Amino acid sequence: MGLEKEYAIETINLCKKYGNLVAVDNLNLQVEKGTVYGLLGPNGAGKTTTILMLLGLTEPTSGQAIIAGYDSSRNPLQVKSLVGYMPDNVGFYEELTGEENLLYTAELNGLPRSLANKRIAQALERVGLKAAGGRKVSEYSRGMRQRLGIADVLVKDPQIIIMDEPTLGIDPKGIHELLALITSLAKEDGRTILISSHLLHQIQKICDQVGIFVQGKLIASGTLKQLESQLLPSDCLEIELKTSPSDENLLALCRAFPGIRELKWENDLLVLTCDRDLRQDFVPALTANGYCPIHLSLRGTSLDSIYLRYFRKEEA
Amino acid sequence: MVKTIKLPSPKFRLHLNKLQLANRGFWAVVKKEVGDHLSGKRFLILSLIVLVTCLGALYVAASTIRSNVSQDELDFVFLRLYTTAGSSMPFSFLSFIAFMGPLIGLILGFDAINGERDRRTLSRVLSQPIYRDALINGKFVAGVIVIAMVIYGLGFLVAGLGLILTGVPPTLDELLRLLIYLTLSVIYISFWLALAILCSLLFRQTSTSALAGIAIWLFLGVFFGLLAGIIADGLYPVTDSSTAEQIIANDKAERLLSRVSPTFLYNEAVSTIMNPSIRTLGLVLIQQTYGAIKGTLSLGQSLLLIWPHVVGLIAATLICFALAYISFMKQEIRA
Repeated sequence: MGLEKEYAIETINLCKKYGNLVAVDNLNLQVEKGTVYGLLGPNGAGKTTTILMLLGLTEPTSGQAIIAGYDSSRNPLQVKSLVGYMPDNVGFYEELTGEENLLYTAELNGLPRSLANKRIAQALERVGLKAAGGRKVSEYSRGMRQRLGIADVLVKDPQIIIMDEPTLGIDPKGIHELLALITSLAKEDGRTILISSHLLHQIQKICDQVGIFVQGKLIASGTLKQLESQLLPSDCLEIELKTSPSDENLLALCRAFPGIRELKWENDLLVLTCDRDLRQDFVPALTANGYCPIHLSLRGTSLDSIYLRYFRKEEA
Repeated sequence: MVKTIKLPSPKFRLHLNKLQLANRGFWAVVKKEVGDHLSGKRFLILSLIVLVTCLGALYVAASTIRSNVSQDELDFVFLRLYTTAGSSMPFSFLSFIAFMGPLIGLILGFDAINGERDRRTLSRVLSQPIYRDALINGKFVAGVIVIAMVIYGLGFLVAGLGLILTGVPPTLDELLRLLIYLTLSVIYISFWLALAILCSLLFRQTSTSALAGIAIWLFLGVFFGLLAGIIADGLYPVTDSSTAEQIIANDKAERLLSRVSPTFLYNEAVSTIMNPSIRTLGLVLIQQTYGAIKGTLSLGQSLLLIWPHVVGLIAATLICFALAYISFMKQEIRA
């Protein structure tokens, strides 16, 4: 390997074509060990295809997928024994209990019975399904299934966990618990986690690094801050403003203020495009003129707005 | 740009060898599938139907044999338990298995793969460190194990009850014939299992694959014979004034075409093996029977007569399974 850095997950010019449709286009993805990586993109961007190629379940048209140094299409068994995969909308055998489902996974992994039982008990405890382990999966709620999916991954005790849309269809409280669990898997156990999702605001909190994936291409990758600079011109910040009262004079005041380049109304919010973050300077000016700021926020700090703005840019 | 990649470490290779030796994934699938089949409700219902009808057939056969024992010869009484039909029950054990057997195979296999897709378990199972074929091999082998359990179980149950009812013990020859018959039945039903698994790969909906299986069953079991007759009549028309050659040619053509259907092969093979007095398949001319001594075939001769059938049945089963195997290995996994 020499000086080359070893990533937990790496793809090199990975491509997948279905006829004329290019599902994944020259993907170069790098995920460092022990980090949480969020693969974000709209539906149909090729996220699931990428994940299946990472696991060696789908042959890439060209390029390589490398997991912990092993080629996914050449050593799929090695890769699959290192990686825990939780599919999108994970399914279980309804007529079996939660424990029996996990036991099947353990047997497929060739775990001896005593170790399997120990791991199953630990995994169920960790995801908070200890009491429900003996019940049939058909009685489980959506959130419980999702947690059972995580337990199913934990039974393998993998170094790397790949989750496809883990938060889909769960209520806010459930999502909060799920994300806390995922964070603990990364931070306490030191596992590498790749999460694919289209719900940015939910997973941005727990991701160390984020990649934005659109139409088979990774258009940006890095930490949230890096993404901002990659996707948006740095000298162009947007500030949302709502004041009481809100009238024509406010517009004139804003126009006159140095540093504000443009303004426009978005519903009842006034959006100011400025050179720098001038919130601190602007507030005294507002109050001095008898306007009380009710809402004042800098756009571009949340992934949602980066994402939205990126697409707006695309459309334009 | 191709990056140098690690080969599996020696330790892992050792582990891999162990994995291959033990083939744990495969056996885990077999174990789970057998358990699922045996505890499943639909299998229970079907087994109960088959059990009740077979016991009915046995009862009728036994009472028919008892009432006819004075007129008939006492040869192969034990085998007659399986082949005799009475007036109150027009089916024998043999015809019941021939009729219901395919249904057992279809029920065990029609949702093998598309059911996993429906439940969204396919990608989860295949992301475990097992070979992809372990799943389909495991499912097929599990099905064959369950079929063998049902068929041998039923066969020996009838044998035991028959002993009690008639009091005539089987000879070694009869016992061997019974074993061959039961084994042939397992192979035949396995053919339907392989066909059902193939359907479960070709159709995404479980109900569609079940219907497709039943359609093939009806076609091969009922309509194929009619079709063979129509084609044979077209090739060699037979009228009242036809010569013997024409009639023979017509019959040969019909049999040849019918034998394409595994159902026909099975029926021919099974009735030959269970009825030692059948000495040839096909038409027999009066000249040929002239001077022949009435008697039965030995086991070896019966086997010789049906050997092509046995090979054909095994081949049909393997071809069906091979098609399913190839289609599964090529299919996209995504749900």
